[in-house]
Amino acid sequence: MTFLTRLTGGVPARSLWCLGGLLMLLLVAPALLGKYGLSVLILVLYFAFVGQAWNIMMGFAGQLSLGHALYAGVGGYIAAGLFFHYGIGPWAGVFVAVAAAVAAGSIVGYLGFRFSLAGVYFALLTIAFSEFTRIAFDHWGWVGGSGGLFLKVDSTSDILNLRGGPLLFYYVILALAAGTFILCRALLESRLGRYWLAIREDPEAAQAVGVPVLRCKMIAIMISAGLTALAGVWNAFYYNNLFPETAFAMGRSIEFTLAPIIGGLGTLFGPIVGAVVLTGLGEIFTDLSEVFHISGLKQIFYGLALLVIVMYRPAGVWPWIADRFGFGEKQK
Amino acid sequence: MTADFLLSLAQAITKGLLTGMVYGLMALGLSVIFGVMRVVNFAHGEIMVVGMYLAWMGFEYLQVSPMLSLPVIALIFFGAGYALQRVVISPFIGRPEHQQFLLLLAIAILLVNACLVVAGPDSRGVQMESQFDSYELGPFVFDAVRAHAALTAVVIAGLLWLFFTRTRTGKSIRAAADNNLGALVVGLDVRRLYAFTFGVGAACVGAAGALMITIIPVTPFLAAEYTLLAFVIVIVGGLGSMTGALAGGLLIGVSEAVAGLLLQPSLKSMVSFGILILVLLLRPQGLFGKSST
Repeated sequence: MTFLTRLTGGVPARSLWCLGGLLMLLLVAPALLGKYGLSVLILVLYFAFVGQAWNIMMGFAGQLSLGHALYAGVGGYIAAGLFFHYGIGPWAGVFVAVAAAVAAGSIVGYLGFRFSLAGVYFALLTIAFSEFTRIAFDHWGWVGGSGGLFLKVDSTSDILNLRGGPLLFYYVILALAAGTFILCRALLESRLGRYWLAIREDPEAAQAVGVPVLRCKMIAIMISAGLTALAGVWNAFYYNNLFPETAFAMGRSIEFTLAPIIGGLGTLFGPIVGAVVLTGLGEIFTDLSEVFHISGLKQIFYGLALLVIVMYRPAGVWPWIADRFGFGEKQK
Repeated sequence: MTADFLLSLAQAITKGLLTGMVYGLMALGLSVIFGVMRVVNFAHGEIMVVGMYLAWMGFEYLQVSPMLSLPVIALIFFGAGYALQRVVISPFIGRPEHQQFLLLLAIAILLVNACLVVAGPDSRGVQMESQFDSYELGPFVFDAVRAHAALTAVVIAGLLWLFFTRTRTGKSIRAAADNNLGALVVGLDVRRLYAFTFGVGAACVGAAGALMITIIPVTPFLAAEYTLLAFVIVIVGGLGSMTGALAGGLLIGVSEAVAGLLLQPSLKSMVSFGILILVLLLRPQGLFGKSST
């Protein structure tokens, strides 16, 4: 039980009750929601999950990556390619996919960290690798080139090959998001997590007191890339198609960063709150702009919302909510 | 290696150099803003695209050639940049990078979608008679519009250099960039200088946009590409270095043109990103930047 008490130590009881309630609610949600509601909830969980994965690298270890689409793309393409060409199901293919993304992450990370790139410079390196891979995949026949890779749409439920309706994908992404939530908490409570925070706050001071900076940063990018690859695999089998133009797009990398930044960088619950806020706003604005029939209007609302949030809640929405309702961890 | 091939290679290089000058002017704006304020303008390509649209509208509705509307656009952009810095960006100076990134991303989304709402998703270009003109220099043939655009870009870059080295405001801005605290101590109004700098940077990109529309048509979707391109150029040349931005523009312009000739056109940006990765790893301060250590 020591593990559990360590995980929950210092957290107010009401937060734990709310968390448990939320999980129960999510478990029964498909029975309560219609088809549309479920599809929105799936999107929320997807962005919460990738947001958590990105948050490990930026929020915990302080390394700004704007190229996470690379890991999602590589993961998704490998799992989908193995299934498409050799009939190897995603439950086996996912190991190859994650291994490849972790390898990609270690290359980007090793080059960036070894040559001490930080901040914007490191971010540009991640963008460059992602764009480089996008163009390479555009010209690679095995994955269909720029024409894309399509999986057969199959509504018969075949859980062994991750084929099925939205319900299957809902529970898979729920499990991933919930599992990563616990993982993040465990990481933050571990020695490694403390090292990350030290590096984030002041890399030179951390180095001086003996934190193995390079190794810790490498672990952060590898965990983050591996989890992002899982999201990529899920995404590929949920949508059944992959195009380099979208899979490796800079826009996708940016999408991954929004939920954690809006929700509250470096916090456990931030990416989840951010995903709810952003997906909710997105749906509202879609409905709203349909009234006016002007393309681009939805994005203008969206941009205005981002502007307002970053100007008035620069530290994110969740720390503010946590403060007001007393969900926050007690200061030890 | 036939003579034909060498000639087409030389043509491609010339074309790349001419386009590269306009790229350089665009990147100059980004470099000036970063060099002085340490704010990374993630809305740079979007500002450029707005400039392209304004020049297109001037041509389409008022029959004014982009070369003539350029000074007006530059002036408008200076004012808009000044105001934007004063009202929106100013509180974010010195804040963590991810907050600046999100702020400028929001601005970028607003700008590009405003273009989409106003002008629609179709590509818009200007049709001028001079587009069919060309200059011949021995065996070389090059487009007149490209040459004009490059020449104008050189002139503007020269004016900018005079501004930064000869005028009081320009020198004060450089002082504030060199040593913020020192500038405050000797009584410079740094916040006004910052707004001025953002104005100058925006005017550069606006002018580059007016020149670019004479070379290629514009769509809203170009914006993100230009933001990336400007970053690649500025990092390759050296963030904050004026010569670096121009030289980086030429280098990327030539590499794109040559890659388009030797490889497939769709592979051209792969070469730019390859150069970016090499520069980041081997010479992160850029080809013309001063090492900070």
